Amino acid sequence: MSPETPSQVQTLACPNCGAPLTVRSMGRAVTIVCGHCNSILDAKDPQLKILQRFKAATEGADPLIPLGSRGKWRGALYEAIGFQVRSMEADGITYSWREYLLFNPYKGFRYLTEYNGHWNDCSVTTALPEADGIGARYLGKKYKHFQTCTAHTTFVLGEFPWQVRVDDAVAVTDYVAPPYVLSSETAGSETTWTLGEYVHGADIWKAFGLPGIAPAPLGVYENQPSALKASAGQTWFACAGLATAIFVIFTLNQLFSQQEQVFREAYSFSPSSAEASFVTPEFDLKGRTSSVEVQTDADVSNQWIYLNYALIDADTGQAYDFGREVTYYSGVDSDGTWQEGSRYDRVTLPSIPPGRYYLRIEPESDASLGTIAYRVTVTRDVPVLGVYFMALAAILLPALLISWRTYNFEQMRWAESDHPMKSVGGGE
Amino acid sequence: MTQPAALCPSCGAPILFHWSSSVQTTCPHCKSILIRTDVDLEKVGIVADLPPDSSPIQLGTSGVYENRAFTVAGRIIYDYDEGSWNEWHMVLNPGASAWLSDAQSQYAVTLALQAGPLPALAAVHLGDRFTWNKTAFAVTAITDARYRGVEGELPFQYWDKQGATFVDLRSTVGDFATLDYSDAEPLLYVGKMVDFDALRLKNLRAFEGWS
Repeated sequence: MSPETPSQVQTLACPNCGAPLTVRSMGRAVTIVCGHCNSILDAKDPQLKILQRFKAATEGADPLIPLGSRGKWRGALYEAIGFQVRSMEADGITYSWREYLLFNPYKGFRYLTEYNGHWNDCSVTTALPEADGIGARYLGKKYKHFQTCTAHTTFVLGEFPWQVRVDDAVAVTDYVAPPYVLSSETAGSETTWTLGEYVHGADIWKAFGLPGIAPAPLGVYENQPSALKASAGQTWFACAGLATAIFVIFTLNQLFSQQEQVFREAYSFSPSSAEASFVTPEFDLKGRTSSVEVQTDADVSNQWIYLNYALIDADTGQAYDFGREVTYYSGVDSDGTWQEGSRYDRVTLPSIPPGRYYLRIEPESDASLGTIAYRVTVTRDVPVLGVYFMALAAILLPALLISWRTYNFEQMRWAESDHPMKSVGGGE
Repeated sequence: MTQPAALCPSCGAPILFHWSSSVQTTCPHCKSILIRTDVDLEKVGIVADLPPDSSPIQLGTSGVYENRAFTVAGRIIYDYDEGSWNEWHMVLNPGASAWLSDAQSQYAVTLALQAGPLPALAAVHLGDRFTWNKTAFAVTAITDARYRGVEGELPFQYWDKQGATFVDLRSTVGDFATLDYSDAEPLLYVGKMVDFDALRLKNLRAFEGWS
């Protein structure tokens, strides 16, 4: 039988306005609402006694899932038979959500609830949850208290297997363990528990063949699963793996780098001399293409020396230009002795091919500073630290970013609860 | 299992018993309520019109509960504020009596349990805790019901009743219990909440449009 076929639909007339009433739940209805004149009727009474008449709210009163819609949901065919809007107040603001009652004559009832585009699939619990003010436990799963409020029914449509009235008030307490929410509703001395699971509007649209697309959810809902939370864990796991790999490579590099000194010479520079530029004797860079470190030690004291270097391949003329400065200042002031700068400088040139090389050096300084003695040391195949730090940063960054976004997501979730998170690393 | 036929003392229709221990049944033809005596059947009343039925279960529905096959042989119907519900009398193979209730499409199977002295109704409140069968129960509902009617075979005489109060209890892991205060002496039934699909029911009622 096609899902569109109307079932044993009973048609009655509203005793108030005469409009036709459709009864879909086959004798299970306790109250039925005339959508034409907003009368709540006693479905158990053959005369359909009027139990209440209400003024319809002006907004939010149009069900997104029209009553009578049928869809295959959670493995069975369900029909939307009842709709109610309920509201709560917090800090002077009224929040409204919508509940759709679904019916299958064999499976019974379940609901879909919707708030700001966030949907939950809810059923009455079979076992009794244990709860205190802080949390709840249901079938071995722990839930955190999210919110306690008073919910008022503001609009009803269709039929219900229990008593409904507009302005009915119940105390609702929600406990969350995303994607689940465990809710208790207490009216008088009786408490009903329902278990909800976060579902996507698009799945409902598809199941019930609704026109258009599901409204996009706004903000973060109390039991909305954080898609990032799982990936944050995975990212940190991957991050740890990559960091280990980098550490291994770094250690191997450290162990196997030859750190071979290929040139060392002492010079002195007199700023007053006219022609400062000179070239060093040639030296060999043997073996594989590797890093080359040039270290400058200068006997500077409250002086500076700037060296224009060029490492030049004697055969090809290929030059690697770089400038280095060595400055060192020290003194005594009211806070005691101070010092600034350093008497040596080190620079690493990555990936220099083997060959015969020499350095061209052109020192500069202040003519007033006098002669400065310095030494130049060239070492090939030194371990390069910088790239490892950069690699570590590159893999840490996404993990940190995801963790930060996960944290923000949780903060947005709990901001709507009775327990907003207080600060970074704090909260509940 | 079907017992030899007797004749309805009221209309003469043949009456079959599906369970040897049934004490009462109804005549499917004239709706007489019949009590089994040592020699024949005695008519004690007539079943009033039953409310429009919404349950998918009917007499003859069979299924499986905790690996035991069962057949539904009778029922008691109650009314309460939220409508009506059935206590289906199920005969569990190889011949024990149990009850399948279907209030608001929540299904529970219970068996009578002798558990010593039971609390008086006036002493029972929502949230009270009791332990039977080593299971801790809490009272979740106290329902004032009205006897509405009977159908089929029952393990005891049950007809012409008035009000009855039921106390429902649940455990944290899905156990269910009912204290039945319809007679002077309360009766205790203990069992489980059951999933509709898990009962693997056959010979269900057909609903037009819901294949």
